Amino acid sequence: MLARIQLSDGEVTQLTGQLDAIVDNIAKVAQVATPDVAATSHPIAMSNVYRPDEVGQPLTLEQVLQNAPDAADGRFRVTAILGEEQ
Amino acid sequence: MSDIIRLTAAELGEKISTGEISSVEATQAHLDRIAAVDGDVHAFLHVNEHALAAAAEVDARRAAGEQLGPIAGVPLAVKDVLVTTDMPSTSGSKILEGYMSPFDATVVARSRAAGLVPLGKTNMDEFAMGSSTEFSAYGPTRNPWDLDRIPGGSGGGSAAAVAAFEAPLALGSDTGGSIRQPAHVTGTVGIKPTYGGVSRYGAIALASSLDQVGPVTRTVLDAGLLHDVIGGHDPQDSTSLAQEWPSFAAAAREGATGQVLKGLRVGVIKELPDSGFQAGVAASFRESLAVMEAQGAEIVEISAPHFEYGVAAYYLILPAEASSNLAKFDSVRFGLRVTPDGNPTVEDVMSATRDAGFGPEVKRRIILGTYALSAGYYDAYYGSAQKVRTLIQQDFDAAFAQVDVIATPSAPTTAFRIGEKVDDPLQMYLNDLTTIPANLAGVPGISIPSGVAAEDGLPVGIQFLAPAHEDARLYRVGAALEAALVDSWGAPLLSKAPALRQAQGPKQGGTR
Amino acid sequence: MATAKLMDFDKALEMFEPVLGFEVHVELNTRTKMFSDAPNPANDEFHGAEPNTLIAPVDLGLPGSLPVVNATAVRSSISLGLALGCSIAESSRFARKNYFYPDLGKNYQISQYDEPIAFEGSVEVELEDGTLVTIPVERAHMEEDAGKLTHMGGATGRIQGAEYSLVDYNRAGVPLVEIVTKPIFGAEHRAPEYAKAYIAAIRDIVRGLGISEARLERGNLRCDANVSLRPRGQEKLGTRTETKNVNSMRSVERAVRYEIQRQAAILADGGTIIQETRHWHEDTGTTSPGRPKSDADDYRYFPEPDLLPVQPSRELVEELRAALPEQPLARRRRLKADWGFTDLEFQDVRNGGLIDEVEATIAAGAAPAAARKWWTGEITRIANAQEREAPGLVSPADVAALQGLVDAGTLTDKLARQVLEGVIAGEGSPQQVVDSRGLAVVSDDGALIAAIDDAFAAQPDVLAKIKDGKVQAAGAVIGAVMKAMKGQADAARVRELILERAAQ
Ligand SMILES: [Mg+2]
Ligand SMILES: [Zn+2]
Repeated sequence: MLARIQLSDGEVTQLTGQLDAIVDNIAKVAQVATPDVAATSHPIAMSNVYRPDEVGQPLTLEQVLQNAPDAADGRFRVTAILGEEQ
Repeated sequence: MSDIIRLTAAELGEKISTGEISSVEATQAHLDRIAAVDGDVHAFLHVNEHALAAAAEVDARRAAGEQLGPIAGVPLAVKDVLVTTDMPSTSGSKILEGYMSPFDATVVARSRAAGLVPLGKTNMDEFAMGSSTEFSAYGPTRNPWDLDRIPGGSGGGSAAAVAAFEAPLALGSDTGGSIRQPAHVTGTVGIKPTYGGVSRYGAIALASSLDQVGPVTRTVLDAGLLHDVIGGHDPQDSTSLAQEWPSFAAAAREGATGQVLKGLRVGVIKELPDSGFQAGVAASFRESLAVMEAQGAEIVEISAPHFEYGVAAYYLILPAEASSNLAKFDSVRFGLRVTPDGNPTVEDVMSATRDAGFGPEVKRRIILGTYALSAGYYDAYYGSAQKVRTLIQQDFDAAFAQVDVIATPSAPTTAFRIGEKVDDPLQMYLNDLTTIPANLAGVPGISIPSGVAAEDGLPVGIQFLAPAHEDARLYRVGAALEAALVDSWGAPLLSKAPALRQAQGPKQGGTR
Repeated sequence: MATAKLMDFDKALEMFEPVLGFEVHVELNTRTKMFSDAPNPANDEFHGAEPNTLIAPVDLGLPGSLPVVNATAVRSSISLGLALGCSIAESSRFARKNYFYPDLGKNYQISQYDEPIAFEGSVEVELEDGTLVTIPVERAHMEEDAGKLTHMGGATGRIQGAEYSLVDYNRAGVPLVEIVTKPIFGAEHRAPEYAKAYIAAIRDIVRGLGISEARLERGNLRCDANVSLRPRGQEKLGTRTETKNVNSMRSVERAVRYEIQRQAAILADGGTIIQETRHWHEDTGTTSPGRPKSDADDYRYFPEPDLLPVQPSRELVEELRAALPEQPLARRRRLKADWGFTDLEFQDVRNGGLIDEVEATIAAGAAPAAARKWWTGEITRIANAQEREAPGLVSPADVAALQGLVDAGTLTDKLARQVLEGVIAGEGSPQQVVDSRGLAVVSDDGALIAAIDDAFAAQPDVLAKIKDGKVQAAGAVIGAVMKAMKGQADAARVRELILERAAQ
């Protein structure tokens, strides 16, 4: 599924109840979120925040891989991307 | 109990600077305290093995004649949401167990540069999702006032550490109240700065447009001293404000004279009736207002008609952003990896890892957020919730045209019992009723102790909100009320907290 | 993999009208990445670095890391938008495109969705015979590239059948501009040519702007080609396929042709086209199905909360507009006139992608005709033989120097071709090759006269013939002398000396 989380049946049941709460939230918000209201995606209005195109100190390979669950040849190693049926 | 740990950070900093106490002594005293009480409190997930070495270095810098800041040498507890190079950073999750960051969060780097000594990493609800610290993957933190009760959340570890005198200063993060609500239930001080006032770089993101890092302390002045160290522009956080800030410690000192209350207009929201709050919480709030009025403040009823939509909007925005922010925990580059039997694909491994590595509250919010952003729902969910932010900002604008600060109780109830609400997330969510609007609108908020509730003897906090960029106003007003209240009580509120049992445990660092 | 049935191209065009669309990803050559200060491997200076050595925390999606926008990448994107004739948005913003894939450090790509930096433009494209067509551009937006997966253990090195994969995140965060066309109608049987010409036009534009290394073989420019067919007379568009990552101009041309033939065969048989992405296989010249694309592809776009709107001032836009280089088409017209080439001569240069090289060679001192002759002739021939691209095979400065040696009489044309081979083989500059291979024309008259005398001695009757006025008999002696000199003699000078000798 989209979130890459497997849920147990119990979790699914519990969640179904909470989806109702989300629906309540939506209904509540819909009362005032009329088309004439602008959306605020950022609490303090700002724009054009940039960084100069100057090279910094990159991480060392050791730092890059220090938390890797699996690595080989200086790269991160993952299991096969496609299953057999694909 | 050593007197050192009872000192405020300002006092301790002063004594260290005069040479009366060394940073090593101060640090050792706090490490001893952690060893003695943290078995019960469980404020820390990790105690810094390098704390004494760091303290010795500050002492050496001072001995070498280096001019250090007012709190150099003072120990600091760091919420585990902030990444550190010398201690693991887990954000309270099993999926990040043992994770070592190659860089320090900006607030941590600035703290180190100012000579603060990181004592350890404090417990929190997993990925800061919660209001009780019961959702930590490493077990709950307990409230020093009553070990059967929650210390608030998500930053329960930082608040409890400060309340239990395990650290004079702590760093927290506040997405919907995670600094202010724990302050409320532990009798401590917590500030959520203006959004962008403190760098988020190195704070493991929950909801990027809501998160702010801030100080957790026992006094308003200490908070100001810490805010002066960690605040200000950081080019590594695009949303960091590029403005100059006044000294918040200076603002707190100015406020402590009490003069600022004269003629101060304090707004009280008429849509927040007393009935929504525990009796002792409401009573404490009214008493504080009366104290302020007695000092010349004017209490003005204001209207904030959209605040009641805040919680609904918050619980659409937060899961949406969190579901995306937490997608990076996929077992490829860092963190836990769980490989199921057979010939699993990468997708299978990612799913098994996230299933095993995330706790129930995190999964719940990721799923809800994923759903809320799905095609066809975006406008109704996330988009509409963002409109509520506009309306709440408009409420604030209208209110601040009339008043200097807004006052609310910091949370509806005193600390509830561990386990009491854990199965009722919706009830839990209402804890953040009064704190959430500040996050949605980006304005700063402070919670300071206002007293104890008559019915249970547990601490209560009062929250002040100010317009964006006006954090200094909160320090002035907070320090003024704090001075008046402490004066009326005869001692800080925390002196009323029961003594903690002292364990004779081994004194050592490491992950607990 | 079964080979797909193909319909004859002309027949396919009789039955169906092709509708095209292109998405071209341009890797910007800024020094740093789109959102981090790590070195950018799409800049020549950092190309070819060891895996995972060009990494800042945000490129790995490390906890606590945050993106910050590269100012130069924004300027480059605006310049490109302007060069594409687009309007530049007054307010533009980044969005997160959420999907899980191991090459994506954060499991979302920071891209632009509802508010791209540039929109509504067009590109004038010149087909091989000089016909001009206008390709409508819908938008150009900024985004970041993903890392690189290497599939291991499978027989083919492809994703299918691989046992495991290795991830290098050097490319993660490379600044991209994605240029999306509107549907392109009217290409008809020239559809494959449109595709090639369009990519060439984009390449020329970004090269002219200097914002990308623009080397297709390195993936600096990557084309996704959308092709759909509709029966003649039908209004409704057919279902399209998107052929991904076609990395040379010739391949784009072939891929479009292939898709038209493949889809036509399916449709003519009463089948339906599946909306999907397809992968181009250079070796077989075919496409194969990739991920099926459907409405289940739900990227959950939302505005990137870690970044702020990009609101370029109108002054900045006008400054960048004023700084735009000459449009490639206008430049070509100017160069053709300056160089005095015929239509055919110029098309030869352009179609070979050699305009820059010829221009640089002329700038280095060669005459236009000579520069053209070298590049479209011998250099292209060697490139074809070696299955390489002519540009880059040899530097324009070396070509000009080579021609200089010819002009000075140091080399004959034939010797010069040998020197060129040496230069391409890496033996050094033309002069160094001349020296090391000892290829200079023998200009020492003494040596030539000695060889002539030897030749006369061997063929005494020839001398008599020449003295008799049968000058053409000199040819035999010239041949013998050239042979003795191993070709390193100037035949004209040899002829002069022979005649002088005979006159004595
Ligand atoms: Mg695309
Ligand atoms: Zn793209």
